[in-house]
Amino acid sequence: MSNMTHEDTGRGTILSYSLGFLTSVELTLGAYLLVAHHAFSSGRLIFAIIGLAIAQLLVQLVFFLHLGRESKPRWNLVVFSFALTVVLILVIGSLWIMNHLDYSHMTPAQTDTSIIKDEGINP
Amino acid sequence: MSQTEAIEKDSTSIFGFWVYLMTDVVLFASLFATFAVLRNNTYGGPPGRELFSLPYVLTETLLLLTSSFTCGLAMLAARRGDKRTVLVLFGITFLLGVAFLGMELTEFHHLAAEGNSWRRSGFLSSFFTLVGTHGLHITVGLLWMGVMMVRIVRAGLGRATLRRLTMLSLFWHFLDIIWIFIFTIVYLLGAT
Repeated sequence: MSNMTHEDTGRGTILSYSLGFLTSVELTLGAYLLVAHHAFSSGRLIFAIIGLAIAQLLVQLVFFLHLGRESKPRWNLVVFSFALTVVLILVIGSLWIMNHLDYSHMTPAQTDTSIIKDEGINP
Repeated sequence: MSQTEAIEKDSTSIFGFWVYLMTDVVLFASLFATFAVLRNNTYGGPPGRELFSLPYVLTETLLLLTSSFTCGLAMLAARRGDKRTVLVLFGITFLLGVAFLGMELTEFHHLAAEGNSWRRSGFLSSFFTLVGTHGLHITVGLLWMGVMMVRIVRAGLGRATLRRLTMLSLFWHFLDIIWIFIFTIVYLLGAT
């Protein structure tokens, strides 16, 4: 960032954009190959792919959107953190509620059976 | 208006645009949540792994990723005041965006033609809403990019143009990030 005469540093250079781009391509291809070759068992594969997506999110936030590289009060980062909180509540909350909604459509006897099965309880 | 005041005003506008983007994140989050909830509700129809072609979607992903990169390079050229390079790079970004959108619409058309439209199942309704909303954003981004290129040709790279280009580039990078999650959650996880 030596040649930045502008007031606002952290806007990137050809080098930082190229680095972000190449890393993103590698992460995309990595996730694709893992799925195409069924590298792991299904459960691990899901974690691996989501992990790669989150890694790419961070790479692009830093190298393309320059998040956290702004000066002093960092309001962008504050708003981003709040949005992220809302997103997590929305997505995890929806999945959690909807995956457990079956119980309210059942008779008490069915509910007992389902809970015993879901929680792995051996009567 | 002094130079510092002008800079202050620009960064306030850009921050306002960033706040808009963060609310757009929440819109996409609700569509992702809907998709995640409905992903197995195929109503006897085909699941994602029978409908989607991974190499095709990978190509789309790489097109959009490359366009995000050329958009960033265009911004660097814009700050240098290099009008010709800016136009060439935004031209490439625009064409990559059009290619992406074309591939997406082709996929939609194939799905609908085979009877797997949004009417088929809850899974497909949520799929078309999520991916279609992203496609709509891309369309808006392309129109905006077209308008900005005309503006650059006519008015050059003034302060106001640079401010708008900064917002446009934020928008474009943001759409690429949303696409990574569509690629991962809808297509890759759908294929496992």
